[in-house]
Amino acid sequence: ILRQRFCHQRLPEKPMGIESQHKHLLELLRRTAVHGESNSVLIVGPRGSGKTMLLKCVLRDLLEVKDVNKNVLQVHLNGLLQTDDRIALKEITRQLNLENVVGDKVFGSFAENLAFLLEALKKGDRSSSRPVLFILDEFDLFAHHKNQTLLYNLLDVSQSAQAPVAVIGLTCRLDVLELLEKRVKSRFSHRQIHLLSSLSFRQYLDNVILQLSLPPDFADAKFFEEWNDSIKNVSEVLHQVSVCKPSIKPTDLLEASRVCVADSKANILHGLSVLELCLIIAMKHLSDIYEGEPFNFQMVHNEFKKFLQRKSQSIYNFDKPVVMKAFEHLQQLELIKSVDGSTGKIHKEYQLMKLMLDHNQIMEALQKYPQCPTDVKQWALSAFG
Amino acid sequence: MVRYFTRLRVRRVYKWDGTPSSFDRKLKTYFFDSLNISVEGQPGMTTVTPGQYVLIEGDNEDNPFVAKLLKFFGDESNQQKKALVQWFVRVCEVPHNKKKLLGRSPHPQEVFYYLGHTCDNEIDAESILNTVQVQYVPVDAPFPEPGIKDTLYVKLSWDTKTFKDLDPALMQDTPVPASTPPRLKPASPCSPPAAALVSLGSVGRKMPTPDPMVMRRAGSVSRTRGPVSASKAGNNEAESVHSAAKLSASKTLSTKRRGSSGVTPGVRKKLQLSIGDSPEKIMSRKDGLCELLDEEVDSEKALVTKLNSSPRSLHHGYSLSPVRSDHRPPNSLGGYPLKPTSIMLDRLSPTALGEQDFSRATTPSRRKDSAMTAREPSLGVLAEEDSESSPMQLVVTSSRSKRKSAQLVASRIRKQLNLMGDAQELHSDDGDDDCFTPSKKDLHHSSEEDLEDEEVSKSEETAGKTTRGRLRRASTTPARTPRKPPSKKATPSTPRTPRTPRHATPSIPSRTLPARKPGNVLEEARARLHVSSVPESLPCREQEFQDIYNFVESKVMDGTGGCMYISGVPGTGKTATVHEVIRCLQHASDMDEIPTFRFVEINGMKMTDPHQAYVQILQKLTDQKATADHAAALLEKMFSNPAPKKETTVLLVDELDLLWTRKQNVMYNLFDWPTRRHARLVVLTIANTMDLPERIMINRVASRLGLTRMSFQPYSFKQLQQIITSRLNKVKAFEEDALQLVSRKVAALSGDARRCLDICRRATEICEHSAPQPSSTGLVGMSHVMEALDEMFSSSYITAIRCASVQEQLFLRAVLAEFRRLGLEEATFQQVFVQHRALCRVEGLQPLSVSEGLAVCQRLGACRLLLLEASRLDVLQRVRLNVSQDDVLYALKADRA
Repeated sequence: ILRQRFCHQRLPEKPMGIESQHKHLLELLRRTAVHGESNSVLIVGPRGSGKTMLLKCVLRDLLEVKDVNKNVLQVHLNGLLQTDDRIALKEITRQLNLENVVGDKVFGSFAENLAFLLEALKKGDRSSSRPVLFILDEFDLFAHHKNQTLLYNLLDVSQSAQAPVAVIGLTCRLDVLELLEKRVKSRFSHRQIHLLSSLSFRQYLDNVILQLSLPPDFADAKFFEEWNDSIKNVSEVLHQVSVCKPSIKPTDLLEASRVCVADSKANILHGLSVLELCLIIAMKHLSDIYEGEPFNFQMVHNEFKKFLQRKSQSIYNFDKPVVMKAFEHLQQLELIKSVDGSTGKIHKEYQLMKLMLDHNQIMEALQKYPQCPTDVKQWALSAFG
Repeated sequence: MVRYFTRLRVRRVYKWDGTPSSFDRKLKTYFFDSLNISVEGQPGMTTVTPGQYVLIEGDNEDNPFVAKLLKFFGDESNQQKKALVQWFVRVCEVPHNKKKLLGRSPHPQEVFYYLGHTCDNEIDAESILNTVQVQYVPVDAPFPEPGIKDTLYVKLSWDTKTFKDLDPALMQDTPVPASTPPRLKPASPCSPPAAALVSLGSVGRKMPTPDPMVMRRAGSVSRTRGPVSASKAGNNEAESVHSAAKLSASKTLSTKRRGSSGVTPGVRKKLQLSIGDSPEKIMSRKDGLCELLDEEVDSEKALVTKLNSSPRSLHHGYSLSPVRSDHRPPNSLGGYPLKPTSIMLDRLSPTALGEQDFSRATTPSRRKDSAMTAREPSLGVLAEEDSESSPMQLVVTSSRSKRKSAQLVASRIRKQLNLMGDAQELHSDDGDDDCFTPSKKDLHHSSEEDLEDEEVSKSEETAGKTTRGRLRRASTTPARTPRKPPSKKATPSTPRTPRTPRHATPSIPSRTLPARKPGNVLEEARARLHVSSVPESLPCREQEFQDIYNFVESKVMDGTGGCMYISGVPGTGKTATVHEVIRCLQHASDMDEIPTFRFVEINGMKMTDPHQAYVQILQKLTDQKATADHAAALLEKMFSNPAPKKETTVLLVDELDLLWTRKQNVMYNLFDWPTRRHARLVVLTIANTMDLPERIMINRVASRLGLTRMSFQPYSFKQLQQIITSRLNKVKAFEEDALQLVSRKVAALSGDARRCLDICRRATEICEHSAPQPSSTGLVGMSHVMEALDEMFSSSYITAIRCASVQEQLFLRAVLAEFRRLGLEEATFQQVFVQHRALCRVEGLQPLSVSEGLAVCQRLGACRLLLLEASRLDVLQRVRLNVSQDDVLYALKADRA
């Protein structure tokens, strides 16, 4: 059941913590559906804040009202799918089941389609035609279309005495209005519904517990109780762990949370050979010395040589090509990156590189590195090679 | 409006008949005797010779222009076929207010000899559609009794100012005024808006009392002439001018008819006459014989020649509106008026509805209720009923949606006919004794079968046409139907399946439930405040309105062209004002204060490509579809060539800046056309920026745009207040102070009226939700407005920052700290992250790993609180704040407190 709940995105019975927004949106859409009033609204909120959930809840509630049910047409568009107006327009015509649609195919050129759709929308008037709900997911992407033709037309319809439409945009960008062209902006009604998780940690926790708890009508009553108890325990733990970072959303178990927060790069560091580690240390020193300026292989090699000379041990005395190989390996792992894209012209040894690692990361990795030679560690810790 | 272009579907082939009869060396023109017109795909052709009257293709397909051919000529290459004509003006082409001069209601089939000089006499021979009969009727003589389908009557001449008696000589001699040299024709009084009205499906009908005012109001174009009044008992005929409409069905029809005509040799000649026409024609012929022998002979001859020459030709014109029935003994007609109800639905051929009973039967067919009453035998009641129901017809017509119901009604009518059969029989027997001669009766009987066919096909035709047009009309059934046994009447009624319109009109499926009406004051106010609701007037734009009005009016009056550029920030009423101007002008032209014009609107935003502008303009002007290039060529031709009877076109180009192309040829053309001599095009362009011409237009475009500029200033708060007040229009929903607050706020920010209305609308919502407060007056008060304003204008950033998670807030603080350290507004993630860790330590939180830090950073970036570089740069990506530092500080501090 839990898996079903989390994976299939079942709608909660009641939107949590956004009751007022829910009421507002429902009221708005109800007016479009029942009164035939055209509206436009934007739902803004960071990712994962429940925009789509809110909308779906509202639509579900809206469709529960009987007379609305058969009365409303819905058009769902997604800015990631309908990447330009042409595709979007076809999708609209398809979803509206307009007359010139045979099967799934829409004929006509882009221009004809546009004219056709506008004509269709113009035909209707406030009282006679069915309201159409346009739901634009990733609204900001629509704003990047050429001339914003689609948005202009949709909003223009919503601002004139044509078929009643409700344009609902979902976006996570707070500044989405600035993306709109001025005439498009003027036609937008400037209603925004903000979904911001203003929950306190306690509320947040309650929410999590609620989500995780099994419904009371679960078959095995005993299991149900045990489970719910364990959930409570878990949430206690969670409380302690995640108080510092609620930014990372439901990390329901400690283990999972650890996996979630693990640093991928530190892991990579653990898998490096000693030579490569040495190189990285050399790079670190270089960037310390030159304050973040890029370096090239030659510089790294020199640094490495210096280290070797000081220690005068022959264990690490590798040939230059071997060092070069290790360097290239690091580059492949993207632990170092070349500064400019043009790799072809300059000789490899002199190509400017940048270290993509933080000091702390390196130190941490060194600490954890199994059987790390002490002198290498010392070298890393010493301020200047 | 959807138009169907039958005419376009048929291609005619024009050929000179015979060799040139004469040759003018000077002008290098050949003169020809006759012209053959054949329709592609159809056997047979029509031959037209000078001296005949012809129908000429005009803007209005229902009412082709009528003219008399004077001469045919062509140039050497035989490329062009020209004809000299003498124009006749239809009633509907006479401006409304001039109709009063006539002093009587015109005969629907009446035409006027045109003496004006504003029309070019030279026409393209290829625009000739078909021949038509024109009869001269002496001024004081009544119109020939039974209207004949293809016959028009001339009584008076018309010189654009007055009606005059027509000199019969003019009509008789073939060559009328000397062939005027080809010249362009300026203002055309013909093809007035009235003509356009017809196509909208107006119903011309006869009222019991010929009150011109009533008729005008009803928008009836085809005026039907006076009812039977006691004084004019002998003079009541109703004819409708019939419009040519080609139906391929008609061809088969005529052959059928011919076939059956051969069966009865006795009536053969008469039937021959009637070929191509409906049997009513025969009737009318007959009647005509009784009264107007001389003309009758002429027209008969003409008819015969026509029939001979084009025995199999496609029957282009269908006009059967001979509705007639006078001569009735006063007793049968009694006091009630004859109602020929010539219904011209759209492009339908005129309906002939003669017998008053019948017309009544049709009339009610439109409305069920009246149909019921029509069954009642009491004729007096009927008369009244009719006059009542006829005004309502207008309402009912032209709605496609009514088609179904009309079909229902059609079947009902059939029943009704059966019922009425007896009464009819009686009645007509009473009525016709002197006009329906026995021989005719014979004819009818002998050719009953024929008639039957006729009627079936005719009703089918009309049905077809009607369905295409608007209503399925049950009965074009002419006056004679009642004579047939009612049982037969039932047979013709297999309704042809309505042809699906060629252009499927796209429409949003209509809702199953009606939209609910606003309930209380607030809802009412909200409805009024919606931007889409059309205000009665546009306050605060009087000056601009006047300027634009004057500009367009003067151009339309002079028949010249011009450009105007209108600019202003969004929401200042540019488009609304222009539309208002056009509405007023159209009203004025309806009142005939100014010549008529066409209005075409395109919107740069509503097309996908600037070149689509051509396509849209062409489509709106002529209903043709073409590719952009082709459309451009066609328009170019249209605007640069002098064409007969052309009216001024007013073109509104909204969002002009989007028509910008690199070569600017779209704009160039748009502004170049008005400067052409024959274009008569007024271009109004709208855009947001004031200096658009200077900024993006190249010189040759800018110079053509001219200097007529107008800019709409943003509304001041007083104006905004006025706008809202006028919109609310006495609906008391707002407190005075609240309104002022809104308008001041908006005026200070943008002066956008749309925004202002939206805020007010939102305020009413808020008010509604907080309604159950005992203290509140139910009006929208300051608090509500404040709340709405806050919602609309408050920046969401601060709230967003406040609601962000702990780490996000920390990250923002780190960004600020790093900026302060660097003294720059930009830092790499790496730098910020160092700060972040330090902060974490200060706060006593466990420091994040780099990946987590990046995740936090990305989330902020997605909200656009931070601006980030592409994420592939990893820790080196640069971070920048999208909000001012002060805002962030404020938000974070408030959070602390």
